[in-house]
Amino acid sequence: MAVKANTKRNNVLPGFNLSLGFTLAYLGIVVLIPISTIFFKTFTLTWPQFWAAVASPRTIAAYRLSFGASIAGALVNSVFGFIVAWSLVRYEFPGKSLIDVMVDLPFALPTSVAGITLTAIYASNGWIGRYLAPLGIKVAYAPLGVAVALTFVGLPFVVRTIQPVLEDLDQEYEEAAATLGASRLQTFVLVIAPALIPALLTGFALAFARALGEYGSVVFISGNMPMHTEVVPLLIMSKLEQFDYAGATAIAVVMLTVSFVILFGINVLQRWSSRRLAA
Amino acid sequence: MAGQPQREPKRPGTADPPMVRVALITIALVFLALFLFIPVIAVFAEALQKGIGAYFAAIADPEARAAIRLTLMTAAIAVPLNVTFGIAASWAIARFDFPGKQTLLTLIDIPFSVSPVISGMLFVLLLGVRAPLGGFLADHGIRVIFAEPGIVLATIFVTFPLAARELIPIMQAVGSEEEEAAIVLGAGGWQMFFRVTIPNVKWGLLYGLVLCNARAMGEFGAVSVVSGHIRGHTNTMPLYVEILYNDYQFAAAFAVSSLLTLLAIATLIAKHFLERRVVPAKPEQDNLAVKVAA
Repeated sequence: MAVKANTKRNNVLPGFNLSLGFTLAYLGIVVLIPISTIFFKTFTLTWPQFWAAVASPRTIAAYRLSFGASIAGALVNSVFGFIVAWSLVRYEFPGKSLIDVMVDLPFALPTSVAGITLTAIYASNGWIGRYLAPLGIKVAYAPLGVAVALTFVGLPFVVRTIQPVLEDLDQEYEEAAATLGASRLQTFVLVIAPALIPALLTGFALAFARALGEYGSVVFISGNMPMHTEVVPLLIMSKLEQFDYAGATAIAVVMLTVSFVILFGINVLQRWSSRRLAA
Repeated sequence: MAGQPQREPKRPGTADPPMVRVALITIALVFLALFLFIPVIAVFAEALQKGIGAYFAAIADPEARAAIRLTLMTAAIAVPLNVTFGIAASWAIARFDFPGKQTLLTLIDIPFSVSPVISGMLFVLLLGVRAPLGGFLADHGIRVIFAEPGIVLATIFVTFPLAARELIPIMQAVGSEEEEAAIVLGAGGWQMFFRVTIPNVKWGLLYGLVLCNARAMGEFGAVSVVSGHIRGHTNTMPLYVEILYNDYQFAAAFAVSSLLTLLAIATLIAKHFLERRVVPAKPEQDNLAVKVAA
């Protein structure tokens, strides 16, 4: 009945055909046509061509680094992003609102700026790198540097997915647990943590997906050595520069498919998460 | 319970031990210092390492000015187009029911999940001189790839969902009662649009515009693929930063970077102040809609 009433009421408002028509036309021109070219281009490749591009040793090494460093970055962000979100929601401390604003910096800062800055800081003569170099820890121009850059770009995701859930979390359950004799640790593990898990997983997946496609901040800090510090977007870039469009397309299709699977997974997670919140 | 006031009486059962509190705040601050605050300070320190004179010389360089001009021009084309799209999409989606709405929402999100390099590559495949369409345009003297139009197209693609994504939940949260009243009282469609709809969502519109603009001016990967790196001609500011850096002109690279960093900080501040105003306060609004918008 509600739906019926809604439709009837909406009939009063004008502009449906105009707005939807423009939306679909613009979506088609800007997004759908360009996206479809990549799949058409793939169909022009033969299987051996496709396979040679997506399964060469250099490509496999790039997948390994991209997935490994993206997972590492997303894990670091899950742990520390949770601590940041918890501190912002539950505690008072000086500079809190400044930090709350700054958490989104990786969204707003151009990736090339992030890339050269992180490289300057973590190089062996940089502000932080100089203290790590004597310990034998090489960050810039090493796989660790890739993980550092991918941690930077994924930082806001975990904080921003956990923060609102934590703010909405009803503290009465914690009080009840305390009243019933639970220790604070028990309350955290048994009462608070389960409520946050869907948001934490969503944040992890978002940070991971973002890291997987990242180019700008990685290109400077990694040193781009094939087989060693070359991530997949960089490999695609170097194939494009050599006009190897077939190879670039094949690898891009693999990465696009992975992205769409993650996107689908995130949608499922979010539905799960909102259902849990509603319950 | 969702409507509880912010200030609550002390709740001893929910407080963490002081040691834990201090430890967690310290860990959070150290982590953010390493990944956010030190980098921001480093940008300005590196930019000024050769003195204030060199800093301004780097920014006033003709190539730097050309890059700034192209960045502004790109944003001036991409942002209005995508904000217009955002208004149209949010009007259709928030005000009407039609089959395939959920699919449309998913399709709008596509550019978010495409790597910047792949985004740029799509336009090379579509409009490069070897592609049928690109070849046709080249025959008529229109160069898209390795030229400004390619940069603008790639930027439009990567910033495509931003305004729509912000406006859809806001349009839903505002509700359509006032617009219906306007129509029933005899207002024309555009009259209603400019007198009721736009004023109701103006902060959300500005919010979407700010986010879209930041990304349009800062995009690197996608424009890098389509630019072809022609110095002084097809460089946006983020691309020019890369060129200077690869030329070992570090102070100049960081000087241009500092402008982009200031833009990022201004964006964050604007975002912070706009976030509170995006949805006009209406007590009768249901909570779910507010949450979606937040």
